[in-house]
Amino acid sequence: MITTPSTPSATAPDPGATGGGGSRPGLARLRGRVFSSSSPAWIFLVLVVIVAVFSVIKPHQFLSSFDIKSIFINASVDLVMAVGMTFVIVTAGIDLSVGSVLVFSGVVAVKVMEALASGATAVSAGWGVILVGLLAGMAAGAAWGVAQGAVIAKAKVPPFIVTLGGFGAALGLSQVLTNGVDASDVPAKLGNTIGNGSLGPFPWLVIIALVVAVIGAGVLQSTRFGRYTFAIGSNAEGARRTGINVDRHLLKVYAVVGLLSGLAGDLSLAHFTTTTLASHNNDNLTVITAVILGGTSLFGGVGSMFGTVVGVLIPVVLDAGLVIVGVQTFWQGVAVGVVLVLAVYADQLRRKNNSRR
Amino acid sequence: MTQTASDTAPAGAPSGTPLLQLEGIRKRFGAVEVLRGVDLTLRSGQVTALVGDNGAGKSTLIKAVAGIYTIDDGRMLWEGRHVTVHNPKDAAALGIEVVYQDLALADNLDVVQNMFLGRERRRGLLLDEDSMEKSAGETLASLQVTTVRSVRQPVASLSGGQRQSVAVAKAVMWNSKLVILDEPTAALGVSQTRQVLDLVKRLGERGLAVLIVSHNLNDVFEVADRIAVLRLGEMVADVARGDVDSQSVVELMTTGRSDRLTADGPAPTSSAASREDA
Repeated sequence: MITTPSTPSATAPDPGATGGGGSRPGLARLRGRVFSSSSPAWIFLVLVVIVAVFSVIKPHQFLSSFDIKSIFINASVDLVMAVGMTFVIVTAGIDLSVGSVLVFSGVVAVKVMEALASGATAVSAGWGVILVGLLAGMAAGAAWGVAQGAVIAKAKVPPFIVTLGGFGAALGLSQVLTNGVDASDVPAKLGNTIGNGSLGPFPWLVIIALVVAVIGAGVLQSTRFGRYTFAIGSNAEGARRTGINVDRHLLKVYAVVGLLSGLAGDLSLAHFTTTTLASHNNDNLTVITAVILGGTSLFGGVGSMFGTVVGVLIPVVLDAGLVIVGVQTFWQGVAVGVVLVLAVYADQLRRKNNSRR
Repeated sequence: MTQTASDTAPAGAPSGTPLLQLEGIRKRFGAVEVLRGVDLTLRSGQVTALVGDNGAGKSTLIKAVAGIYTIDDGRMLWEGRHVTVHNPKDAAALGIEVVYQDLALADNLDVVQNMFLGRERRRGLLLDEDSMEKSAGETLASLQVTTVRSVRQPVASLSGGQRQSVAVAKAVMWNSKLVILDEPTAALGVSQTRQVLDLVKRLGERGLAVLIVSHNLNDVFEVADRIAVLRLGEMVADVARGDVDSQSVVELMTTGRSDRLTADGPAPTSSAASREDA
């Protein structure tokens, strides 16, 4: 099966040289590109395959707009956190506190709305009160992130420990503030619009999450902030010697993930119209899984926001698809687990290839 | 060991004030005084080699100049003016660039991204990739670094010599006046060492002051105009290359003295002595 392409040069002095010389740089470049961004490309393919399989099995149900919409809605809150998590993991850090910060921010938002609303509850509160409450929620998340970032950057406590502590503390504080009982007096206006409303066919939650992801992608790829994030994850000491203020940058990165967890708290509050105290213990693992699936290296220095979007969608799509197909959804955990381990294994192979120069 | 007439160049070069003068630099880490009143003079267009045994204080001295360590005592004169360098940014602002032994390159970033790291050009809020790519390519070309095929390949995929070349190119990109190289050839093979040494010579010819730290006396004698010997935190010699041979440099590094140095001109190299420099 030697199909020689029509080579115009009649006098090929060395067939090996022309063939190899002609194709190898191109191939090497292609391989280099696919390798450097390999995981997102491959994982996108995985997503496409999953969607194709479910679409073939149950075309009408899976592709119905209801299911697509619910898939995206389910993904949007996680996506907002995953955008922040991508920055953190690219610095070779980790944030285990996101789910608890989400709850904490939601609680702060509700409490502020309650305090500002005219009646005993905030259910009938107006937009002014809602807006202040939402901003308070985001501020609470950002403040939490700054506190964690300060301990990580200045006190040099490993991020795993700092955010593990933050994970417990944020949830505990939320329970203290609410006496352990979910606050459900979320303004109806909020739930009916941002929480469950749509702009045309597009749910507000999805629009907000995608806007966050697009901005996140731009910041990560095309700004100094993003470049420094990669540099620190790749070689923190080198970045420091280049004159980058590594400590301050890390502080900012953890502030960003805190802020976005706060925003996710607002969105979750709007969607479920309650503070969902008990429902976010696994958010950290869900979000970290999504980011890693999307090709961001746990060892830092490599990552993309596009990959993160795909990585968030895969578990959600699997979940929805398995329900429709009639397989127990427990298999979703199995499938995601396997893919996750494979993704990290592929990442390690890539690193080994790179270091063998 | 050929010592040519080029030794006269440093004698003729010093026109006016030196680029950098260190006077009585002291640095102490806890109970240990690593630098004990070091003097050193660096001039533009000169390659100065800083040699010394392990623990002599070479790294500490260059980190002090680079602003990573603040000195406890002593003066730094930059083009005749008294300056203090508190951090790497201060040093860079003066025109001091350091190429560290471990290169300080970010493996996952490409050549352009590394060369501009910390000083990215922007158009509005976004990075101006095109302009940076163009300048990086021009700088590499001007240094005759031709082995790097694409400036968009990640540094991780480069050879040791290429990485060193990129690190040096990064250092000279900023209108720098003094480039400090820490063991630039330590991890390199023969031909790659050749590449880097040629590059170092070119820096001197461009009119930059170069301070090169090296253990390899062959390299030192090949590229250096002057040789400064540090021993236990003290500068025991700062001489023109032509006034010493490698045997006396070894003596200076180990004992702090060389009888032959005081003798007129380069000491005769006995075959037994020159074996020791290997």
